[in-house]
Amino acid sequence: MKSAVLVFPGINRERDMARALKLISGHEPAMVWHAETSLPKGTDLVVVPGGFSYGDYLRCGAIAARSPVMDAVRAFAAGGGLVLGVCNGFQILCESGLLPGVLMRNAGLKFICHDVHLRVERSDTPFTRGYNAGQVIRVPVAHGEGNYEADEETLKRIEGEGRVLYRYCSPEGVVDEGSNINGAAHAIAGIVSERGNVLGMMPHPENHVEDIMGCTDGRGLFAGLVAHLEKAA
Amino acid sequence: MKARVTVTLKTGILDPQGKAIEGALKSLGVDGVASVRQGKVFDIELSGSDKAKAEAALKQAADKLLANTVIENYRVEVLG
Repeated sequence: MKSAVLVFPGINRERDMARALKLISGHEPAMVWHAETSLPKGTDLVVVPGGFSYGDYLRCGAIAARSPVMDAVRAFAAGGGLVLGVCNGFQILCESGLLPGVLMRNAGLKFICHDVHLRVERSDTPFTRGYNAGQVIRVPVAHGEGNYEADEETLKRIEGEGRVLYRYCSPEGVVDEGSNINGAAHAIAGIVSERGNVLGMMPHPENHVEDIMGCTDGRGLFAGLVAHLEKAA
Repeated sequence: MKARVTVTLKTGILDPQGKAIEGALKSLGVDGVASVRQGKVFDIELSGSDKAKAEAALKQAADKLLANTVIENYRVEVLG
């Protein structure tokens, strides 16, 4: 799996992401600066990592979403290429129009930085095939603006099309108000594009991939991508 | 030419920051505040002098970057 990790000014999770990708795919990802106008040849997966691109000025992800490299990412996604956005990356994908909706300030107004449980809603996608449908995984979150919102019609459509892949839940897998840490509509933690090749999620699977991290529940996402690409090759 | 673009949240969009400010105003004893919605103001200096062109440019700026039209409305004013 040849992956490319985008680097914007103010991003700070790109090295965690690169480490996880290297660990699980065996290949060092290319780090691609935001001013580039193309992606490395043969890229299988583009990752938009977390952090605070442009200091969250204007709106989270707004300025990064308009940078030159994003035109290349849009073209890559339009051709069916796999794109993963985590945290600020999810915000950037929403701002760039690759995913619907928007990430608003957390309902409780506080920055949230701790482990959460996610229910994997289906396993028949490149982004979830490393898990079983209904499986509960534990991964960290670290965000102030992760409250996913979209208009009723959009929510109805993405639910109807099965595009919610990850939802905040209790350790037992129950989606309830108490587990919905940031007040997201339908407890949405991660959604895919209409075509299913672009995933945005607030939690950080890349931070639960090694024993030393205390949990390896995030591995399945990357292992699933590797398996998907091997099968496709 | 000076211009101003005002960006506000659409009706019905939850505004936790506005709510927090509303609560703070109430706890400060400011009377008569029914609700607060937070927005953004951009004061922009334009180089040309054509008002119609300026309005078109500002509209483009708002649509492309200043506002996220999924959740926000904007108003463009050329102040002269």
